[in-house]
This record gives sequence, C-alpha cells and structure tokens, in this order.
Amino acid sequence: MKKEEALALHLADNNLILGQRLAEWCGHGPVLEEDIALSNMALDYIGQATLLFKHVAETSGDAKTEDDWAFLRDAWDYKNFLALELPNGDYAFTISRQYLYSEWYNLYLTELSKSSNTFLQEFALKSVKEVRYHLQHGRDWVLRMGDGTEESHARIQKAVNDIWNYTGEWFIPNTNDTDISASGICPNVESLHQTWMENVQATLNEATLQMPVSGWMHKGGREGKHTEHLGHLLSELQFVQRAYPNSKW
Amino acid sequence: MNYTIQEIWEFLKEVEDPEIPVLNVVEMGIVRDVQLEDNKVIVFITPTYSGCPAMHAIEQDVREMLVEMHIEDFDVKTILSPAWTTDWMTEEARVKLEEYGIAPPQKGSADKNLLMGKLRDVRCPRCKSSQTSMVSQFGSTACKSLYKCEDCKEPFDYFKCI
Repeated sequence: MKKEEALALHLADNNLILGQRLAEWCGHGPVLEEDIALSNMALDYIGQATLLFKHVAETSGDAKTEDDWAFLRDAWDYKNFLALELPNGDYAFTISRQYLYSEWYNLYLTELSKSSNTFLQEFALKSVKEVRYHLQHGRDWVLRMGDGTEESHARIQKAVNDIWNYTGEWFIPNTNDTDISASGICPNVESLHQTWMENVQATLNEATLQMPVSGWMHKGGREGKHTEHLGHLLSELQFVQRAYPNSKW
Repeated sequence: MNYTIQEIWEFLKEVEDPEIPVLNVVEMGIVRDVQLEDNKVIVFITPTYSGCPAMHAIEQDVREMLVEMHIEDFDVKTILSPAWTTDWMTEEARVKLEEYGIAPPQKGSADKNLLMGKLRDVRCPRCKSSQTSMVSQFGSTACKSLYKCEDCKEPFDYFKCI
C-alpha cells in the first residue's frame, strides 16, 4: 500500500469512528436541536469517510471494496486516534472532544488543502468547509457551558481535563507520514501544535476554564493499539455486514 | 446518440432535487459538466455535503432520465473539485427557494463570514422580516440551519452558506 493510501485510511478511520460515536446520540440528545446537530455532524464524518474509503478501494489495486475497509477489519487494523473511540460520556465530554478535535482537524485540513496529491487536496478543500461549522458549534458550547452555571462549568472543566491526555498523539509525526510530508503531500502534525494550543487557550480563557497541564499522554491509535472501547464499538458498527455478508451501504 | 450536449442539459433540468423538489439538479449546481466522448455521454456531478444522503438518489435519477431519453451509452461520475458552494445557486433558484419557504443562502464569501463568526441578516421567507434569529446551526438536513422569525413567529429553514 502506498503511503498516501495509508494516510487516507487513517483519516477515514478517524471519520468513521467519530461518526459512529456521534450517531449514538441520535435520539438521545439533551435537546432536539443538539440531537439534530450531532446527527448532522455524524453524517458529515461518515460522508468524508466514504470518500476516503472509496478512493483507497479504487487506487490500491487489491480486491477490497469501500465496505470491506469500513466493516471487515479487526480492531488493530483501524488507525484512528484513541480519543475518537472513547465512549460519549455526558454531553460535556462529547462537546469537549468535538471542540478539541475540530480545532485539530480544521488546522489539519487547512494544511492538507495545499497537498501536492490531487485527491487529498480536493478532499481537504471539500471537508474543511464542513468542519468549520463543527468547530463553531463545539466552541459555542464550550463557552456556554464554561461560562454557564456552576454545574455546567464543573462538568466541562472535568471533561476537558479527562480528554486532555488523549490529545498528545494528534501531534506525533507518524513514520508513514514523515516522508510524504517532506514532499508536500501532507502536513507535519508537529507544526500544528502551537497554533492549536493558542486557539484552545483563547477559547478556554473566554469560557473561564483552566487549561489542563500537559503531562503523560496516551498514544498508539495510529499503530492500531487501541483502548478496550473500540472492539465494542465495532461489534455494533459491523453487525449488519457480518450478519448479512456483502450488503452495501 | 441523437442529442446535442445542450439538449442533454435541458433533460437534466427535469431532474428534481429529492430534498427540495422545487429545484432541479442543474440550478442547484450539482451537475457540473456534460461531455461527449465518442458517442458516450458523461455527466459529472458533485456532492453538496460529503454525507448528503440525497446524492445516491440524485445519481439514480440522472441515470433514469438518460435511459428515458433512450441514451444507452452513458456514465455518471462524481467529482469533488471545485468543492460545491452555495454561490453556484442561480438567482432563479434563490427566488424559488424563498417561495418554497426556505431562506436562500447569502451570496459571496461564505467561508469568510463563517470564520469571522459573523452572520448577516436572514430574511423570513414568510413575512420578509429581517428580525430573525438562529435556533440551531444544524437543521433538518446537512445543508440547512434552523431559524425563527421574531415578527411572525414562524420557524423556518435557512439554506446555509458553504
């Protein structure tokens, strides 16, 4: 597999897994509008995953279809970030993940939209428009909860603290990507860190929240070393395809 | 093949957007190009949002229209670039949207407005008041936000800029 394709799969897995998590809120949102918002975002993520899986299926030259990539791999074959597979928790946890990840994804796609790889460049230009809406939504809610009641403030602060040590791996360059980032195909994630920290700091300040202290960080998602939660998520995600083989989404 | 490219464009104007049936897929800007290769018709379409569930239906409807016109040799291809934008929506389409009850997207530099966190006035499609407020950035479909009119109290969809 080419390095561009391995990268596309990583991005696809991020989208698929977070999309699946957000879809779990469908019918369970705290208010109707938020139920709809999260389902809409889930749709964006799964749509983006589809574009990526389809591209890999078309270019990789093996017999795998987009459905095979999405539904017929085992947990260690998925290369998504660990933060995205964590259970939704309360609404504050879901929102803090949405906000922090959207800040990262927006920066990443903005850089990827300058890629020398035509597909990745077109994908990024398309997707970043959607992700800006996600970022705005996440940010609005962090402000609302942080600068809200005692209860909402405490919950969102706890949520940001809890997810913080899952954000480190977003900025660790992966060996697969190092070569292709040197040749302008993808961003060097290390270079996004400072801007990300500044943006997050600004939002947390405005939300009257404390910036967590960065210490030890979880990592391994990109290498397929996952938390125990991914297997459970996949059992639900893959059930239909396993029970009715060869069905198409 | 007995048709010109221009005639094929006209046929495609008969294909409705499944979510917004007052608009056709040409005035929505979903059909990007029609080409003739030898005698084969190739229709290029682009998704509005990556996850728009209507795209499958649209592709199917385009295929059916071509079959109905007795065009046998054709292909429908999805392209991502240039990325779809609400700026492609024709003036006529905007008028039809408003008459249908959906506030049309504001024109121009959608991205910039969003980045600046700035929203311009959205006019109520029912009473035309500009005293409106956003209820939720995300509405009944990926491409719409939910608004309400402070004057006539009517909730309505706003086709958001992308």
